[in-house]
Amino acid sequence: MPLYHDDDQAMLADSASQFMAEQGNIAKQLRHWRDRDCPDGFGHELWKQFAEMGFTGMLLDEGDGGLGMGHVEAGIVLEEIGRNLTPSPFLTSSVLAATALKHGSDDMRGRYLPGLVSGESVFAVAIDEGPKHRPERIKTRAEKSGNGFKLSGQKDFVIHGASSDMIVVAARTSGSDDDNDGITLFAVPKDAANMSHDAVRLVDSSVATHTKFDGVELDGDAVIGEVDGGREILDAILAAGRVGSAAEGVGVASGAMDMTVEYLKQRKQFGKLIGEFQALQHRASHLYSEVEIARAATIKAQQLLDAGSEKADLMSSVAKAKVAKAAGLSVREGVQMHGGIGMTDEYDIGLYMKRDRALGEFFGDAYYHAGRVAELSGY
Amino acid sequence: MSDLPKDLDTFRSETREWLEANCPAEMREPVRGEEDIYWGGRRASFKNDAQKAWFEACLAKGYTVPAWPKEYGGAGLTPPEAKVLRQEMSRINARPPLSSFGIWMLGPALLHFGTEEQKKHFLGEIARGEIRWCQGYSEPGSGSDLVSLQTFGEDEDDHWVVNGQKVWTSYADQADWIFCLVRTDKENKYQGITFMLFDMESEGCSTKPIKLISGNSPFCETFFDNVKVPKSYGEGIPAYVGEINRGWDVAKYLLGHEREMISGADGGNTGTIGAAMKRHAGELDPVLRAELAMFDVDALAYGAMGEKFLDEIKVGKAHPAQPNMMKYAGTELNKRRHELMMSAGGSRSLEWESEETNGGKPSRNWLRTKANSIEGGTSEVMLNVISKRILDLPGS
Repeated sequence: MPLYHDDDQAMLADSASQFMAEQGNIAKQLRHWRDRDCPDGFGHELWKQFAEMGFTGMLLDEGDGGLGMGHVEAGIVLEEIGRNLTPSPFLTSSVLAATALKHGSDDMRGRYLPGLVSGESVFAVAIDEGPKHRPERIKTRAEKSGNGFKLSGQKDFVIHGASSDMIVVAARTSGSDDDNDGITLFAVPKDAANMSHDAVRLVDSSVATHTKFDGVELDGDAVIGEVDGGREILDAILAAGRVGSAAEGVGVASGAMDMTVEYLKQRKQFGKLIGEFQALQHRASHLYSEVEIARAATIKAQQLLDAGSEKADLMSSVAKAKVAKAAGLSVREGVQMHGGIGMTDEYDIGLYMKRDRALGEFFGDAYYHAGRVAELSGY
Repeated sequence: MSDLPKDLDTFRSETREWLEANCPAEMREPVRGEEDIYWGGRRASFKNDAQKAWFEACLAKGYTVPAWPKEYGGAGLTPPEAKVLRQEMSRINARPPLSSFGIWMLGPALLHFGTEEQKKHFLGEIARGEIRWCQGYSEPGSGSDLVSLQTFGEDEDDHWVVNGQKVWTSYADQADWIFCLVRTDKENKYQGITFMLFDMESEGCSTKPIKLISGNSPFCETFFDNVKVPKSYGEGIPAYVGEINRGWDVAKYLLGHEREMISGADGGNTGTIGAAMKRHAGELDPVLRAELAMFDVDALAYGAMGEKFLDEIKVGKAHPAQPNMMKYAGTELNKRRHELMMSAGGSRSLEWESEETNGGKPSRNWLRTKANSIEGGTSEVMLNVISKRILDLPGS
C-alpha cells in the first residue's frame, strides 16, 4: 500500500480539515472553554457535531453503527485536532475506548456503543499508575467477589476521567504486579460506588483525574473480553493510543511550524523580514524535514496496524517517539522564533507548546518509546 | 500501481529462479574492497571468474541497466519490475554486476536530454561496460557555488579548446571519458555552460589523485591544458548533452538525480545499528544504548520517509524540491550512524590496517561519511533550497 492517502482518505482529510478549522479552532474551543474554566475542558456541542460528521464511530464495525474505518482514517481526524488544538474526547472515546469495546460482548457493545456513535457519551481509559506511563506494571487489583469483582487501586492521568460516562480500567485479577498475564479490562460506569475522582487541570488546559477505586463493586458483565485475558486488549489499546497520539502530534507539529513559518514572512527587524536571515531559514528547514519524517513514520505505523502486521508494534513506538521529538522541536522553535510575543498568552504559539508537552507524555514519551524500540530490537 | 500484482508475482518468481541459476555464490558476499566492484572500461579486468560470469549473465539479460529501454542495452523493466529485481537482488545480497557513473549519472542525462543517435552510441557503451565515465563538475573555486565555474572552452568553429581545472573528479585517473561542465560564454552565468563529453586520453588531459583523511583516493584533480574537443562525434552525435550554453539545465537535472541517489531513498542504507549490537546487549553503556535507541527511532522513521518519498514520486505527489530534504536528512543520519558505530566498536574500530577490521573498514568508512553532507550539495545548500522552494521564505 503506498504511503499516502488514497482518494477517499484525501476527501476525508479535506472535510476534517475544513470542519476542524471552522468549528474546532482555537478561539472557538480551546480558549473559549479554558477562559470559562470549564470543568470538562471541552464542549459537548462540538462532540455532537463530531457525531454528525461521522467521526465518533469511525473505527467501529458497521454492525455496531460505525464506519468500519481504520487508524489511517482516525489519524486524519486526529491530525486536524492536533493542528487546531481542538479539545475533544475523540482520542479517548472513539479511538481508545472504542478499541477496547470492540472486544466486548454483544450486550456490552449494545450498552455503550450507541451513545458513543451519537455523541451522547464520553469515555475514558485508565491505564497509568504514577506519573510515568508504565503499562507493563499493573498494580490496581480486582478481587473476585460474589458474581463479580471488587476493584481497588489508583489510576493517574485519566484524561476526561470525571466527564466520562464509562471508564475502561486495566486491572490485575491474578499474578504479581509485573506479570504479563493476569490482566482484565473492566468497563466501569460513572455511577459506580466507591470510585472517586480528583480532577486536575493540566498545563494544556485539559482535565485529567487521579481516580481512586476503593473496593468498587462490579458485576461480571463489566468485564471486557475474558477474565485474565486482558493483556491482548490492553496491547490493542496501547497500539491505538500510540499511533493516535502520534497522529495528533503530527498535527500539533505542523500547526506550530506553519504558524512560525508564516511569522518569519511577516516580522521585520533590521529593515528585513526575519525569514531572510539564514540562521532562521536553516532552523526552519531542519524542522520541516523532521516533521515530514515524523509524518511518514506515523502513516507507516497506521497502515501496519490496520493491516494487522506484526511489524506494527515496533513502528508504533517509532512513530510515537519520532513525533514526540519532532513536535517538541516544532513548538520550541516556534516560541523562540516568535520572540517576545511567543511568551504572551495572546499569541497561540504558546498553546502549541503546552499541548505538545501533555500529548508527548500521553501513552509514553520519546524516552519510553525509544527504550521499547531497543527492547524490541533485542538490545 | 497500474501493474497487476499477479504479473509482478510471476516476474518475481522468474527473477528469483534466474538469480538462483546465474548469480555465483562469490557474488553474494558483501563487497569488501574496491576490487570487488566491477567498473568496466577500457582497462577493466575481472577479479575472478565469478565476477566475469555474473557480469556476462546480466549483460545478456539487460540487467546491467535493467530499467533502460532494450534498444539502449537495458531490459526495459517497468519501475515496479525494477523494484522487484532490486528487492530480489538485495534478498540474496547480490552485488551489482557493473557500477559506473555512466549508469548513475550520464545515462539518466542522456535518456532525458540526448539525441537518438547519442543514446544508441553512448548508452550502449555504458550498458556493455566498455567505457568508464567520470564527472567533471566541481572546481577549486566552485564548490557549493558550482555555477561560478571557470573551466573555459574557446570556440574554434568545429571544436573547442578547453582550459581549466576540475576537482573531486571521482576515479578520474581510471576513467576513459568525462562528462564535464565547461563555460562557453563568459557573459552569461547560467546560460553560458555546456555539458561536454570527451575522451580522457585527449592530449592535454591529466589527473592527480587526492588522498583523503580515510587514506583512500577515490577523487582526483583533473587538468585541461589546451584540450581539443570536437563539437561532433558523427551524424546526430553532438559532443555535448542538450544544447550549447544550456548545460546548466542538464547539471541541475542530474544534481536532483544525484541527491536522490545519495539520500539513499532508492533502496539505500537506512538501516538501524542497535540491532547489530544485540550480541553486546549486556555490555552496552546505558547512555550509549540510549543514543543507539534514539538513532534507531530516527533511522526507522527515515526508512518510512524513503518509502513514502518513492511512492509519491511515482504518482507525481512529491514536492519537486523534496530530494533536497531527503539528501539532507539521509546524509546527516548516516554520519551519526558511523559516529555511533565507532563508539560501539571501541578500540577495535580504531584499527587502521588489521585483518579483523578488513583493513580498517570501520574507521575508514566513518571518515568517508563526513563527505556525505558535502558532496552533491552541502547540507547547508540543501537547507537553503528547502527554505526557498518548499517553505517559500524570502530571499536575502
